[in-house]
Amino acid sequence: MTLDLRELYQEVILDHHKHPRNRGPLADATSTADGHNPLCGDTITVYVKTNGGIVDRVSFEGSGCAISTASASMMTEALHGKSLAEVEELFRQFQDLVTADGPAPTDASLESELGDLEVLAGVREHPVRIKCATLPWHTMRAALKGAHEPVTTE
Amino acid sequence: MTQTTLTKPLAVDTIRADFPILSTDVRGLPLAYLDNGASSQKPQSVIDAMDWYNAHANANIHRGVYQLSQLATELYEAGRKRGQEFLGVDDRREVILTKGLTESINLVASAWGGANLKSGDVVLLTQLEHHSNIVPWQLAAERTGAKIEVVPIDDRGVLDMERYEALVAGGKVKMVAVTHVSNVLGTVNPIREIAALAHRNGALVLVDGAQAAPHHFLDVAALGADFYTVAGHKMYAPMGIGLLFGRRELLEAMPPYQGGGDMIETVSFERSTYAHLPAKFEAGTPNVAAVHGFGAAVHYLAGLGEGEAPRERLRTAFEKIEAHEQKLLEAATDALTAIEGIHIHGAAPGKSAILSFTVDGVHPHDLATVLDSEGVAIRAGHHCCMPLMKRLGVPATARASFGLYNTVADVGALERGVRKAKELLG
Repeated sequence: MTLDLRELYQEVILDHHKHPRNRGPLADATSTADGHNPLCGDTITVYVKTNGGIVDRVSFEGSGCAISTASASMMTEALHGKSLAEVEELFRQFQDLVTADGPAPTDASLESELGDLEVLAGVREHPVRIKCATLPWHTMRAALKGAHEPVTTE
Repeated sequence: MTQTTLTKPLAVDTIRADFPILSTDVRGLPLAYLDNGASSQKPQSVIDAMDWYNAHANANIHRGVYQLSQLATELYEAGRKRGQEFLGVDDRREVILTKGLTESINLVASAWGGANLKSGDVVLLTQLEHHSNIVPWQLAAERTGAKIEVVPIDDRGVLDMERYEALVAGGKVKMVAVTHVSNVLGTVNPIREIAALAHRNGALVLVDGAQAAPHHFLDVAALGADFYTVAGHKMYAPMGIGLLFGRRELLEAMPPYQGGGDMIETVSFERSTYAHLPAKFEAGTPNVAAVHGFGAAVHYLAGLGEGEAPRERLRTAFEKIEAHEQKLLEAATDALTAIEGIHIHGAAPGKSAILSFTVDGVHPHDLATVLDSEGVAIRAGHHCCMPLMKRLGVPATARASFGLYNTVADVGALERGVRKAKELLG
């Protein structure tokens, strides 16, 4: 495998791709939203259950590539127990991670709360794949904001 | 010379040397370009023709009384002549030069549709259509109150001709807009039969020739098409040039598509009169360099054939191209079918050299990324055919589409990449 491929498809990503966490509908969701990537036809539904301003559970279903599935799977774990303000901050940090210029943050980066999510920084080297990683996040955010229109990456 | 037996196969090694981009590398690996269905590469002669035009002949066409403008006008019309040769059309008034196939279809949907469709009329499409042969008709239908109906396909990707015959009958269908070759499945539609049935029922036929032009010898009169559209950049010509063939009486009866310079005879603030064909549909300054490059591409293709007359050279060239590409399609189909968990989409008999597939557990986008790391360029996604994807029951496919310069080495690279992706992600 060439180096840049290994950076994109890290073990953690492959693990979430093959064994996605929190996949499937959430019966007691307080909000849901649909997301769509018109470039590739991928679709995702994100279910969120909040309780007193805290995210209790997040799940997702839909068809997507390894990057979007891993991103969605990791997101559902990362958001558990977060306040809405913390979700917003994490969303911002994730956006920066996958889209910002400059070198990818290392595991030692101090201010980031992204944890495992940092393995997705590899998509920066594959511009057309960035939207694969961000679609679950935009859809989650739309669910929290109570959006009625499906989210698209365009 | 009219013999049909080939004396020489396509000289692929020589051909490859004509296409400079094929000797570029992808991160140190040789490029295996298998995305010809999206856009083909250009031979040096086409690149040179455009460069030469810009360096030595550039001026606006028509009405310029100076030498350079006359030269540019001659080159522009010579490009049209090559377009006529390519399609087998004698009358220059029947070949409109457009900026691409999308514009060709929009021109007909807008100008013909606007003048001829009315509430209750039907435009008949097929499940194989590219968005560019769906959306212009939806726009026309919205404006006129016409309806869109769709001819289904079977599981092989073959049009259901019984359903077509039933749908086209009854006098409501005014236009059958159909692709010649499916850009996803490679299906070659029986245009002659489709056109004959349409005409018997009072409907016209527009053919999307985007994927036919690079692979097959075209004869629009024999096909019976009322309108036929071609995309230059998919047949080794530059981007920014397309053809629209239309039967003269249809084009003459249609209102203009766009207004502007070159498409008028006289203009006053009260009223304008329009230019004769083909200028009536060529408003504004065209992409003359691309038209000149298009001419060079047709010349290049004809140069691969044998015989004296340009049409005979094109016919024999496409015999060789088809034979070569079919060998590649067969090799690729065999190589991929041998991989466990792979599904080939499209099993129409006699299909063109377009191969769509999916791999269990591997999303087409991941597949394309892994293939890219091996220097292999394929397309992954819905291929601008969302309704077809729905019919196939997949969100996306991977597609390898072959051109005259591809080799068995490219097929080998494709197979290696697919195996690697399966190992990594499957």
